[in-house]
Amino acid sequence: MLEIDIRKRLRDFNLEVKLDVAMGEILMLVGDNGCGKTTLLNLVAGLYNPDAGRISLDGRVLYDSALKVNIPPESRNIGYVFQSYALFPHMSVYDNVAFGLCTRKLPESDIRLMVKDHLEAAGLWEIRKAKAVDVSGGQKQRIALARALIIDPVLLLLDEPLSALDVHRQAHMRKELREMIHSCRVPCIIVTHDLRDVACIGDRASLLEKGKITLTGSPQDVI
Amino acid sequence: MASNQADTGRLCKRSIAELVNKEHETIGIPSRTREVALKAGLALLLTLAMTFIALPVVALFLKSPPETILRSLHDPVVMDALRLSLTTSTLTTLIVVLMGTPIAYVSARFHYFGKDMADSLIDLPVIMPPAVAGIALLMAFGRMGIVGQHLNALGISIAFTTLAVIIAQVFVSSPFYIRQARTSFEDVDQAYENAARTLGASRVYTFFHVILPIAMNGLISGAIMAFARSLGEFGATIMFAGNFQGRTQTMPLAIYTAMQGDLDVSLCLAIILVTISFVVIVLVKILTRRVYKNVRN
Repeated sequence: MLEIDIRKRLRDFNLEVKLDVAMGEILMLVGDNGCGKTTLLNLVAGLYNPDAGRISLDGRVLYDSALKVNIPPESRNIGYVFQSYALFPHMSVYDNVAFGLCTRKLPESDIRLMVKDHLEAAGLWEIRKAKAVDVSGGQKQRIALARALIIDPVLLLLDEPLSALDVHRQAHMRKELREMIHSCRVPCIIVTHDLRDVACIGDRASLLEKGKITLTGSPQDVI
Repeated sequence: MASNQADTGRLCKRSIAELVNKEHETIGIPSRTREVALKAGLALLLTLAMTFIALPVVALFLKSPPETILRSLHDPVVMDALRLSLTTSTLTTLIVVLMGTPIAYVSARFHYFGKDMADSLIDLPVIMPPAVAGIALLMAFGRMGIVGQHLNALGISIAFTTLAVIIAQVFVSSPFYIRQARTSFEDVDQAYENAARTLGASRVYTFFHVILPIAMNGLISGAIMAFARSLGEFGATIMFAGNFQGRTQTMPLAIYTAMQGDLDVSLCLAIILVTISFVVIVLVKILTRRVYKNVRN
């Protein structure tokens, strides 16, 4: 289980969040622009440091201000899909997906097999040699997901994963995304401001307002 | 009171509109004719500017027949200056890139106490007159300089050596690289760095595998500018390193010296420098275009 209890002073307000996400559960985090949703994901990923508090995952402490523990992002093994996807523009689709395995210094043959599996599962094998910046929005989203999932993450963080897709593809991807995440059996937090995402993907939802969770419940409760 | 102000405002607006209409009527030039006149004026201005820049370069080539240039190429003064200039400029560029890249990255990504002062100091040699740079280097590393006197006591002499040429070139050309590199690093979206970190890459791995390749075209462009600035360096070199053939006499210094004796040698060196400068500009333009394309993507 992911347990978060952190505080951070932001420019306009204090972020004070206490929430937990069970293994295999998808928590939808909703709120207006600028309420601290992306900042919260960055704090959990270790890209920003909280001022105080504790983040633990299945008993493993990722951050604890009292114990002075702060695991760097590269050692947290978190799959993070950024809102802009952040695909490396100088690399091919294949190299983008292989990146996380290369940092782990796995044997080249293992990397080839794993990348092939993930690219085929995501329907991206045919475009493996294309530059990541030259593919469509939907393909970019699948590359970003494949890149996050291939490292066998212990936690998934997705920041507006469907916002760059057109309405038709969004409807199709919601179902696909929910199945894909559930198959990983890890806690997952998805940031969105689209209530259709909340209804179709989430197991539970939390409403974030000016840095505070004001409501947590079933997706229907929050909607 | 308020009514008076509103009336005044309306009157002002009306007066301006009437004035504009009246002016158009007075001038009596249709808008199309005015546009053509404007375009012709701009074309004339552009032609004059281009001629002003191209004329001296063309004159240089017209005044130097190819056979004279080829003959002068074998002159020891030309060969020594060419060899020294290319060697020192290449070494200077290497030093500037190795030292400047981490400085530019830190300047682009981090905020620290005194950052504005450090950035201004880095840019200082760009606006400092080269002769001032030369005398400043002499006061620092010359035989009686604040560092040089201690080195001299150890038997190390820098001024008036080839090393002094390189130090002078590094001093004047490093801002050209660091400024361009800083801009290139600033253009690399922080999200790429964050994505790499969450995928297990350390800061160093991220720098070499993600940030550096994305910023590469800009860095190469900056390195070319630094190389070109080193190649053309004159003032600081003559003050700090002197003008000794084969040791400190680079191409600009050789042009200046040969002017007083053999004009052909001077012209030959000038043509080589112009050619290299032109190639540099073309390369920078191509690479800069690629940088913009990457940033757009």
